[in-house]
Amino acid sequence: MIDIKTIKEDDILILNVVGDVDASSSIELDTALKAAIESKEGKILVDCANLNYISSAGLGVFMSYIQDIKANNIKLVICGLSEKVYNVFEILGLHQLLTIKSTTVDAKAYLNEV
Amino acid sequence: MSQKVIIRLSAGFAFICWLLYLFTDLFLLFSQSNDINSGIHEAIPTLMLNLFIASLYIYYRYKVNRVESVNFTDLLWNIFVTGLLATLVSLLLRIFVAALGSTTLAQNIFLIDTFYIINLGLVSIFLVAVFAVWKRLILYQKSKFLLKIWTTFEYTLMLSLVYNILPFKLPETYSLYYVILLVLMGLFLSVNMRWVAYLNFKQKWKSILLILLILLYLGYFGNTLFGNIDPEITITNTIWGNVFLVALIAFTFLYALFSLLVILFNLPTSSVFEQKLEEVLNFQRLSQSIQPDQSEGQVYQILLDSAVSAVMADAAWIELPREDGSTEYFQHQINDKEINQIKTYIDKNNITGVFDNNTDKSLKMEKHLAKLKGQGFKSILGFDITVQDKKIGTLALLKEVADGFDKETTNIIKTFVSQAEVSVENYRLLNQAIVNERYKEELKIAQKVQSSLLPDQLDANTDFDISAFSIAADEVGGDYYDSFRINKDKVILIIGDVSGKGTSAAFHMSQMKGVFQSLAQLDLTSKDFLAKANTAISNCLEKTSFITTTVFIIDQSTKTIEFSRAGHCPTLYYDSQEKTTTYFTNQGLGLGILRSDDFHQYIEINKQSYLPNDVMVLYTDGITEAQNRKGDEYGYDRLRDTIKAHINETPKTIQKRLIEDLYSFTGTEFIDDDYTTLILKFKEEPESI
Repeated sequence: MIDIKTIKEDDILILNVVGDVDASSSIELDTALKAAIESKEGKILVDCANLNYISSAGLGVFMSYIQDIKANNIKLVICGLSEKVYNVFEILGLHQLLTIKSTTVDAKAYLNEV
Repeated sequence: MSQKVIIRLSAGFAFICWLLYLFTDLFLLFSQSNDINSGIHEAIPTLMLNLFIASLYIYYRYKVNRVESVNFTDLLWNIFVTGLLATLVSLLLRIFVAALGSTTLAQNIFLIDTFYIINLGLVSIFLVAVFAVWKRLILYQKSKFLLKIWTTFEYTLMLSLVYNILPFKLPETYSLYYVILLVLMGLFLSVNMRWVAYLNFKQKWKSILLILLILLYLGYFGNTLFGNIDPEITITNTIWGNVFLVALIAFTFLYALFSLLVILFNLPTSSVFEQKLEEVLNFQRLSQSIQPDQSEGQVYQILLDSAVSAVMADAAWIELPREDGSTEYFQHQINDKEINQIKTYIDKNNITGVFDNNTDKSLKMEKHLAKLKGQGFKSILGFDITVQDKKIGTLALLKEVADGFDKETTNIIKTFVSQAEVSVENYRLLNQAIVNERYKEELKIAQKVQSSLLPDQLDANTDFDISAFSIAADEVGGDYYDSFRINKDKVILIIGDVSGKGTSAAFHMSQMKGVFQSLAQLDLTSKDFLAKANTAISNCLEKTSFITTTVFIIDQSTKTIEFSRAGHCPTLYYDSQEKTTTYFTNQGLGLGILRSDDFHQYIEINKQSYLPNDVMVLYTDGITEAQNRKGDEYGYDRLRDTIKAHINETPKTIQKRLIEDLYSFTGTEFIDDDYTTLILKFKEEPESI
């Protein structure tokens, strides 16, 4: 079960991810991320404060956009990860390739850096 | 005794009895008219007559029951023929008597008596035959109650045969009461006419004709026996005294009359009954129609035929759009051009209520259809054919009268359509099941192939013992482990986990095996190994897939383990000296995540020296992420505690305890992920010889 809400706050596109990302719901995450990246918004914030669980399929979704983000000069930041979820990112090594901040404030600050 | 023998014996016996009856009666008459004491008891002829009737009764009872299929008109035809023969013979005798005129021979009482007895015999044959058939008809679809009444009636009737030959005379009125009793019972039984309902229109007409003729015979015989008999001529056999024959004539006559009237009144409704019967048969055909080796077309054809006959449609079609864009049609009295005319017209004018659901089907289509020149249709009714929640076609029925479809018929068609839908759906499900079964077989083969990819025996070293365990959630999985001996001292060991599970994971796992087996021979450092593996794997992995892995190179000469982690779960290590367990925390990145030369930047080389009794636990996330019913994960702490608790055991036992603990935690052996564990335990080097 997953619920993703995309809202625009100033010049930041915020994706609010709520629930579990497993093999089936990762498709929704993929659709939302794809739309966000294709919208050509320069700043994307993925708020995972209410993300309980992420499977390898979910990690695969984040992973698959690393190159696109780089190529399009998009600033994408993930924030609000629980310790458990962050651990999953860390073990795989994704934290080295994605920008991860602990809070939304930090995340927004990072996005607004010049 | 077989039935055939009984039938023949009874026929023979009946004939003998009749002859005896004739002779004794004549003899008695002769002796009476000549005042001679015959020495024969007066009751003998009557006894013979009764025996004759009883034999006839047995004969017909078996004869009629032998007819297996109940074809009512055939039964009626049989008694009609019997009646015809009997009347013809009887008429011939009459003509003969008439030809004699008023000669003395015509006045001869013996001749008259003989003719009378012949007539009586013929009547008896006919009556008993009719009785046997009537019995069959009355007892058609019998109930227990009906059977009881009938049996009582039959026994009472049989008893009347005995009544005739009682050695003492009872008053005439008793016989009358007896007859009245039997007639009343017969009347009661005569209301059982179930068989009439099963006659079709043609059979009803035929039956009416046959019963009319049977009634005619009965009338004729009644007349012959009761009418013009001079009571003085026959002494022994006044028919009125024969309760049996009188009751039998009355009963057969009554039932024939009733049947005639009932059939007559049923004539107008018989077409409706026939139609209902046909509907039932059509339902049956629809539900039985498709066998696996047959096609769906058969069902559509039956549906079309059934629908047309149920509503008496003048034309109809079933339209089934195929996947390739063309359309398959099943037609009845209508051609493609007309169908297209109607469809285009309905589409163009946005006429609702024909081919769409949820609308009133009883719309007046007359004015619309009248505009289609060259077609005489005035009403149309359409139905969707839906299988597995998908519309697969439409059924359209046309009539040349306005308002041709009422609610009743609409409902019947609806049920026909749903029955056809069920048939088609079952047929498709069956075919799907066959296909699925084949897939299952294929998967079993894949499972066999894959299990052969995991080594039975890992390349161990004199320095350590190793035990491996792996289970896939589906038939095939994405977990992988392997080992390769590089040289005398070095063994390379790998554990890996392809993201996702099932078939796609299994394919990548087999690629991983290929990559490992080729790279292992090159004696690379663990970091270079992973960098090259990343390049090799990245080319063939899907965009969202990755592989996590850790490689270990165990060198016996230096007593060290060199290892690099590519995003795999941190290895648990037990230091026997310090008696501590730790998870190796080192940098790494999963294979396939960064598909460029930058990958190696994220990989570290780590070294760990080992001592005897050190234990190294490799595993995949299927173990640490296994959940119990509350949704808690097995986790790193629990894993460490379990290993620590059994640290002094052999690797095999430690592994066994770990899996036991895992199952007791989850409460089931069915964990929804692939899970694997490899446990190494280092040991004292054996004394070199």
